[in-house]
Amino acid sequence: MTYPLWLIPAIPLAGFLVNGLVALAAGWQRASARTAAWREAHPDAGHGDNALRHGDDHGHDDHGPALPYWQRLFHGVVGVGSTGLSGVLAFGVLVPYVRESLASKDGLPAVVETAYHWMSAGPYVLDIAFRLDPLSALMLSFVTFVGTLIHLYSIGYMQNEEGFGRFFSHMNLFMFSMLTLVMANSLPVLFIGWEGVGLCSYLLIGYYYDKDFAVAAGKKAFIANRVGDFGMVLGIFGIFSLFGTVDFSFVDMARQQAVNGGAPLSVYAVCLLLFLGACGKSAQVPLYVWLPDAMAGPTPVSALIHAATMVTAGVYLVARCSAVFVLAPGALTVVAWVGAGTAIFAASIGLAQNDIKKVLAYSTVSQLGYMFLACGVGAFGAGMFHVFTHAFFKACLFLGSGSVIMAMHHEQDMRAMGGLKPKIPQTYWTMMIATVAIAGIPPLAGFFSKDQILGAAFGAGHPALFAVGLVTAGMTAFYMFRLARMTFFGTFRGSEEAESHVHESPATMTVPLWVLAIGSLGLGFLGIPEVLGGHNTLIEFLAPSLAVSHPHEVSNATEYLLMGMSVLVAVAGIALALRWYGAPGATSEVPSVQADAFYRKTGFLGPVVANKWNVDEGIEALVLSPFRKIGNVLWRGFDALLIDGVINASAFMVELTGDLTRFFTTGNVRNYVLTMTLGVLAFTLYVWIR
Amino acid sequence: MSPATSAAAAVSVMAVAPQAYLVVGTILFAIGLAGALLKRNALSIFLSIELMMNAVNLLFLAYARMRGDAAGQMVVFFVIAIAAAEAAIGLAIFVALFRARQTVDVDKINFLKW
Repeated sequence: MTYPLWLIPAIPLAGFLVNGLVALAAGWQRASARTAAWREAHPDAGHGDNALRHGDDHGHDDHGPALPYWQRLFHGVVGVGSTGLSGVLAFGVLVPYVRESLASKDGLPAVVETAYHWMSAGPYVLDIAFRLDPLSALMLSFVTFVGTLIHLYSIGYMQNEEGFGRFFSHMNLFMFSMLTLVMANSLPVLFIGWEGVGLCSYLLIGYYYDKDFAVAAGKKAFIANRVGDFGMVLGIFGIFSLFGTVDFSFVDMARQQAVNGGAPLSVYAVCLLLFLGACGKSAQVPLYVWLPDAMAGPTPVSALIHAATMVTAGVYLVARCSAVFVLAPGALTVVAWVGAGTAIFAASIGLAQNDIKKVLAYSTVSQLGYMFLACGVGAFGAGMFHVFTHAFFKACLFLGSGSVIMAMHHEQDMRAMGGLKPKIPQTYWTMMIATVAIAGIPPLAGFFSKDQILGAAFGAGHPALFAVGLVTAGMTAFYMFRLARMTFFGTFRGSEEAESHVHESPATMTVPLWVLAIGSLGLGFLGIPEVLGGHNTLIEFLAPSLAVSHPHEVSNATEYLLMGMSVLVAVAGIALALRWYGAPGATSEVPSVQADAFYRKTGFLGPVVANKWNVDEGIEALVLSPFRKIGNVLWRGFDALLIDGVINASAFMVELTGDLTRFFTTGNVRNYVLTMTLGVLAFTLYVWIR
Repeated sequence: MSPATSAAAAVSVMAVAPQAYLVVGTILFAIGLAGALLKRNALSIFLSIELMMNAVNLLFLAYARMRGDAAGQMVVFFVIAIAAAEAAIGLAIFVALFRARQTVDVDKINFLKW
């Protein structure tokens, strides 16, 4: 290693500072120029007129770029450059590490590098330290790679936005936080990154800060994550009480079962608390509600933060602490069932969404459920494998949907699309590759990772979990081909004017799409199972970081059977989607929710699913409304009546006393003298008779 | 101090019983108090207060003598000093008052009330 690891997150941080300061200065200049122009146009307007305080910070319409060319160039170069440079550095350390690790028999030990002495409490010392081991190497590879591609894509996607610089500075801050998260050598440092990505997620969901829905979605994400972070913090405390340390040496201690028996929290409770944190960040039931709303942010944000990287942090956390989770099998069962439940639940909602990004959002929630299902049955390696492949095909899908949305001039409703295939061929091809990958058709990436999860669930003796996963796989194939069918095939359903404006995206967008599509095509080969003649390279590589990588072996015949089933189910899903929504060439009208084939053909389920199982309404009725009522009671009963009452009563008593005694002030001097004399007399008497 | 002069001083003081000083002081104080309560002329009230203060001074001296404790005499010095200052301020107030209202009758100066 020739350069320090801390440079990898530090470079995007520098990019954030540079981009942020320049964007801020340019924004001020723009605002004052605009105010001056407005004053010139309205010479009789008084001062303090704030009509033009906030200009339109983002040109939605295609009236061309809002910023001068040199500014966009600067922000783009700094934004993409800092991310790319940190990616180059990351691969510079990764490649030798991975190569040597694969060459040696038991893998290399973790490389830990202390950057800064953070704090010490008595004999306990906590450092800001970075770690390179197989698990963080895997995360590092796709976070920097996919991150750089998405930054590059954003240059094209955001070109007409006035908040271009702000966007890139926040994206860079996100890269810094995410890299800190995956490279941290202790839970507190991981938590810095954890909160940092949450902050950036909030900032970028609320990018269109003058739109109410975006602001509300940002707040929702932040608050739902607070619930999870509460568990996360308690979990860190619990780890400390169990092992006496919070740096990742506790993983080795857990492997040797060196647990403090007298700790106030059991291993089971600590695992559940950590998993609560993971649920918040990775959008698992019941905290998943923020992720679909997070689609209010720009599409590259959805791709980077809400599909490829940040939302997998929960899976990473569980995998990182896998040795601890293994000590509490009950907690692992909870993880598995929450994951499986989320997978099928979110997939069912995705079946009937009409917003192209919403379909992908529910798909993401569902795939994250798969990853937790894998972790829950002890197949942490398979879970991380799916994290890895998912990052590629889901980022490709999101970026593709962004390209579609841009071609459609910010129309996201698939009912107004259709027949886009010949108009935007590059987007079509890349998205189709990713769609086939996520649907689990061999030999694309999604097939291998999904198949390993299903195989592990079956092999671990959970046929029910396997069945849920299998059904979800079918649903995944269905909704993805429904999306493809409604978007690319058939005839155009929007207005003629909209049709005439459909255009292919610029090269900064199509190049990342192609790279990601190739990744979706080929990266599954990193984990070819042994039964197909491979070595399961990726999972072998990860093994030193994880508790168990091969929980249970099943016979080759069973494995072939499982693969066959998963492919069969996927093909069935695709076939059903094409049957219900018409073969690729057919024309069909899908003007309303009710006319949607899924809505018509599923009886009572259609309306419920189309309304997302009424979860938001249920939360409103079961949680928010009671809380609001309690708040009302506390406000009116406790605060207004009791607290204010005591304060007001004491003030009233003072006033009353004053009113009653003011008449002693007669203004007659001799009265005062008399009063004083009587007082002295009384005092003397008191002293005398005491 | 020669024995003769100290004996003479002792005789002259002993000629009057200490209780007499107390009686005189108390009577003076009562006169002063009555004056302060009953008079309308601010100047008269002021004089009455001065009378009360000097009555108290007398009582202090008498008690100091009776107890053989010089602290009482010390207090008297303080009272005299402060009374001088008070007299200066009080008289200045009356002059200013008279200029403003053309009277020093306290019953007519009753505008500071509820």
